[in-house]
Amino acid sequence: MSGPVIALVTSAGGGPDRASLEALTVARQIAAATGSPVEAIVVAERSSAGGAAASLAGLGVARAIVVEDDRLTPDHPDGWAAAVAQVAETRATSAIVGPGTERGNDLLARVAARLDLPMAANCLTVEPGATWAISRQRWAGSLIEDCRLTARIKVLTIAPNTVAAGAPDGGAAPAVESVPVTLTDADLAVHVTGREAPERGKISLTDAKVVVGGGRGVGSGEGFAELEELASLLGGAVGGSRVVTSAGWRPHADQIGQTGLRIAPDVYIACGISGAIQHIVGCKAAKHIVAINTDAEAPIMGVADYAVIGDQIRRRSPVRA
Amino acid sequence: MNILVCVKRVPATGGRIVLTPDGTDIDTRYLGFTVSPHEECAVEEAVRIVEGRGGSTTVLTLGPAAAEDQLRDAMAIGIERAILLETDGRDWDPVATARAIVEAIRAQESANGPFDLILFGNESADSGGFQVGIRVAAALGRPVVTGIKSLAPGEGSVVARREAAGGGWETFELPLPAVVSVKEGINLPRYPSVPGRLRARKKEIERSTPAWQSGGLDKVVLRLPATETTQAEVLGRGAEAAPAVVDLLTRIGVLGR
Ligand SMILES: Cc1cc2nc3c(=O)[nH]c(=O)nc-3n(C[C@H](O)[C@H](O)[C@H](O)COP(=O)(O)OP(=O)(O)OC[C@H]3O[C@@H](n4cnc5c(N)ncnc54)[C@H](O)[C@@H]3O)c2cc1C
Ligand SMILES: Nc1ncnc2c1ncn2[C@@H]1O[C@H](COP(=O)(O)O)[C@@H](O)[C@H]1O
Repeated sequence: MSGPVIALVTSAGGGPDRASLEALTVARQIAAATGSPVEAIVVAERSSAGGAAASLAGLGVARAIVVEDDRLTPDHPDGWAAAVAQVAETRATSAIVGPGTERGNDLLARVAARLDLPMAANCLTVEPGATWAISRQRWAGSLIEDCRLTARIKVLTIAPNTVAAGAPDGGAAPAVESVPVTLTDADLAVHVTGREAPERGKISLTDAKVVVGGGRGVGSGEGFAELEELASLLGGAVGGSRVVTSAGWRPHADQIGQTGLRIAPDVYIACGISGAIQHIVGCKAAKHIVAINTDAEAPIMGVADYAVIGDQIRRRSPVRA
Repeated sequence: MNILVCVKRVPATGGRIVLTPDGTDIDTRYLGFTVSPHEECAVEEAVRIVEGRGGSTTVLTLGPAAAEDQLRDAMAIGIERAILLETDGRDWDPVATARAIVEAIRAQESANGPFDLILFGNESADSGGFQVGIRVAAALGRPVVTGIKSLAPGEGSVVARREAAGGGWETFELPLPAVVSVKEGINLPRYPSVPGRLRARKKEIERSTPAWQSGGLDKVVLRLPATETTQAEVLGRGAEAAPAVVDLLTRIGVLGR
């Protein structure tokens, strides 16, 4: 039997975030294949460690490890990296598995760098063995890489939204174990020094049920007035392709795609967007995609469910018409 | 302020990706090349900072000889010096990449003095490892933050902001020298001017040839994800499609709720 598989759990609004629960699914699979227990490290204030452990009840976690240092808050990335690295070393861990979110990737890359270990980011499948066979996302998921990972401790993040987060099986909460770590001042030097609350009122693109997206075919920044009108009729939000943010027609915060936002509305209406893969990775989770394009052969037609072939610029808002 | 920016040459793929027959790479015969938009913004940010307060800018890439093009693109918008760590074109994993970059930085710094700021993209466009910047920072013993969308260097320190996980913004203040991974949106990169391009074409590029060594993560083969390509149902052409669109939006419940 090998040492435990360590699951890194980050939280959102009190409980573990969904990406962490998805990563936990993979951690359990690895633990089953290697005949080892799963132990979880929850990134949270020490005072909320008990609650965090309880929130993992029935999810196959043998132990929740609480780091004994009151200076450590979720706002200390290097502090957590030091703690995770020390715990992993002292427990002869075979693998550390966390969410492939911005925070998860950042934190585990710090752990891997400290321990001089490779890290496979945004994994889809993991098969333990003499060397581990892994598949992972490239190009934000437009391409899959099968690869081999050779390392003393396997450091892995799991691509969000690709495995199901297991439902609790009614089992007990994990035992809580308090573990001392040694954190230096340098480990605590990088930390969040200020916060600004989110802007209120505006429907965010990631929450909107309807998103109207505009591309080069919209023709100008002014052309977006019509998209705004359609979006407000439908209670939705307006986004766009990289071409429109690069041209300054829309702010970058509205960009959908590989280097912008990932959205999952009920309907995405793509106006004058060709459908480059870097755009599609940002909108393919939409339940329905409607494309409006002068070119019936545009790649967007290969992912759209419905199409209107026509001129975006001279079109009157179809809902108003 | 002396700034180094690291960029990676990647194919500019379009509507779909085509793989080579053995499946180990993207078929790039009909493709152009570029760098990640995050890295384009890192280059722009370096140029702006130095325009504002003086100093020097350097761009570095590890890649094939042809990656010279990406270095010249960066010089065309105002980066002064360029370093090419030349490979035979195979993929280097993040550990190997970071090692070679660290070695080059050490050599540069012992000859020309320290870089106050080393900028990376948040993730490379192709492999998306989310780690080379963090590894370089750890090896050099410098503080690092990722995902940065605004950067304000001061005397001896830099203030960096990024979007917080639950919305809103969070701020870090790092002592210099520091390492920062930036995201697209931090600025709107300028287009290179024609004189800029001409100047860049004539500039010297420093070259060296690091030796490859696996860092433990080895690519075997690439695959396209199983996609359900749809055959879009054409609702109509131009204005004549309006009733069908209204109908559809009503049917899927986003209109007339
Ligand atoms: C590493 C990397 C990351 C990237 N990240 C992103 C990203 O996050 N998001 C993103 O969007 N892109 C991204 N891109 C850019 C991407 O490759 C495309 O260049 C971009 O998505 C194209 O935008 P577009 O569809 O608006 O423009 P085009 O590709 O120029 O398409 C315009 C479309 O409009 C149609 N059209 C023209 N006139 C009209 C009209 N009057 N009425 C209706 N239709 C019309 C045309 O037929 C065409 O299909 C990235 C690229 C790289 C290399
Ligand atoms: N071959 C390379 N040459 C120079 N910089 C690189 C290279 N690979 C990655 N980088 C830098 O490291 C960042 C993160 O890469 P990655 O860890 O692969 O996601 C990129 O955005 C680049 O700034």
